[in-house]
Amino acid sequence: MTNVIEVTNLRKTYGATVAVEDISLTVQKGEIFGIVGPNGAGKTTTVETIMGLRRPDSGTVRVLGLDPQTQAEELRQRLGIQLQEASLPDYLKVWEALDLFASFYHQTVPWEPLLAQWGLGDKRNTRFKNLSGGQKQRLFIALALLNDPEVVFLDELTTGLDPQARRATWEMVRAIRDQGKTVILVTHFMDEAEELADRVAIIDQGRLAALDTPQALIQGLQTGSTVRFTSVNGFDAAVLEEVAGVTAVHQKNGSLQAPQITVQGSGPLLSRVAVKLAEYNIAPLDLRVELADLEEVFLALTGHKIRA
Amino acid sequence: MQALTKMTWVELKLKLREPVGTFFTLVFPLLLLFLFGSIYGNEPTAFLGGRGNVDNSVPGYIAMIIGTTGMIGLPIALSVYREQGILRRFRAAPITPGLVLGSQVAVNLIVSLVGMAFLILVGVFVYDLVLPAAPFSTFLAVIMSGFSFLSVGFVLASLLPTATSAQAVGMALFFPMMFLSGAGLPQQILPEKLVAFSQYLPLTYVVNLLQGLWYGDGWNWTAVLVLAGMTVAATAVSVRYFRWE
Repeated sequence: MTNVIEVTNLRKTYGATVAVEDISLTVQKGEIFGIVGPNGAGKTTTVETIMGLRRPDSGTVRVLGLDPQTQAEELRQRLGIQLQEASLPDYLKVWEALDLFASFYHQTVPWEPLLAQWGLGDKRNTRFKNLSGGQKQRLFIALALLNDPEVVFLDELTTGLDPQARRATWEMVRAIRDQGKTVILVTHFMDEAEELADRVAIIDQGRLAALDTPQALIQGLQTGSTVRFTSVNGFDAAVLEEVAGVTAVHQKNGSLQAPQITVQGSGPLLSRVAVKLAEYNIAPLDLRVELADLEEVFLALTGHKIRA
Repeated sequence: MQALTKMTWVELKLKLREPVGTFFTLVFPLLLLFLFGSIYGNEPTAFLGGRGNVDNSVPGYIAMIIGTTGMIGLPIALSVYREQGILRRFRAAPITPGLVLGSQVAVNLIVSLVGMAFLILVGVFVYDLVLPAAPFSTFLAVIMSGFSFLSVGFVLASLLPTATSAQAVGMALFFPMMFLSGAGLPQQILPEKLVAFSQYLPLTYVVNLLQGLWYGDGWNWTAVLVLAGMTVAATAVSVRYFRWE
């Protein structure tokens, strides 16, 4: 694997505010590299420094072997960039945006198939201000792919999209990776990173808290497992405390619903709990293991939740 | 070069799609022409040094177009581009600031020239406007004055944080100049003190320069010097302070 991005001891401050304290990371060719963390953690500053839009206070950045500060033009010919809080003129038509941006690059792919591919084929004469949020995002992705880039940056791609549009966008991100491009995905949605990223860098308060595959990060959590099910009235869940490996049992009684039971512990928890329930002739249909996710990884690593 | 041409062409189309933004460049000067033309006509009078009112006013109206484009139109357009994140998107592409700024200069000069052409055409056909004595020099002077006021526009766009403040400051600068410099009203009707004060207003030099060339008095070198100096100083300031976001 070759490294397309190498960041060493990056530091960036704005006045008295330290946006990035000290971050080092490498991104490999062909991967979807997730950068996650809460708003204000330093994610955007990190990627904007990698793109060359911001000058680091110290540390080195190399992208495709180039220095983003001194070789910005050459580098941006080879990058695809979708930025947060960027826009286009209200009255600019979709085709004009693509035609205009195509004139900025030495090499481009034909933009008509690109429009069709991103579901904007029938929007070519629509003005930017008349596009929906999802259509604007797709136009920005199309613009980012116009120069057949080697590295694509997607910053908070799905913020403001409805769940259906989010899912569709995820598919499109995978499609970009499948074309052999390297994708840098910046997001504050942990589920998005877990779903898409080959490796995830967790950034908190300007520092790298962890960097690994989502699976490794989740497995690294020593929290044991959790089993949940819907109980029946009259069953005393306390008997589950006798089950081997169980550390805690919680019962939540709703006024209208049957009680919800949560069992925490370690070992083969699900099968042991099932056996015990069978002794009492209880066979809940929703007996299941709750898996840990990146949100919990973040909580365990930083001691606070990603969203306050 | 291809990118600059394309960018200018796109900007031109955008201006036509939102024509209200070009009111002061294309429509307002014509309204003044008709208003004062219908009141005073274009008969030579001693009060205006033997010239008719329309002949006396049109070089000033041309200066007014230059002033309004530079001090109001350009700073608002650029500030809106910055505020909405449009400059931010452009910046992520492999282009230089010169491309964005150059296309703004080009499109604003083009729209200004169209406004001036309207004014001259209507003036000639409706009021028998006398054409410039030195047409080519007048054209050069218009371009030169355009550059100097567009560079002032870049300074306003660079130093003022928002589109609203750019608009307020632009108007606060433009309107006194329009009334006192001879651009919107003949200086002959102003008291001497105000005429003396107008020597501190840059637009006065555009009016002097254009009137001199229009009436066959040749180049006003003081005006050339003032406007050239302003261009250099304003360009230096905006290169230093221009912000993409």
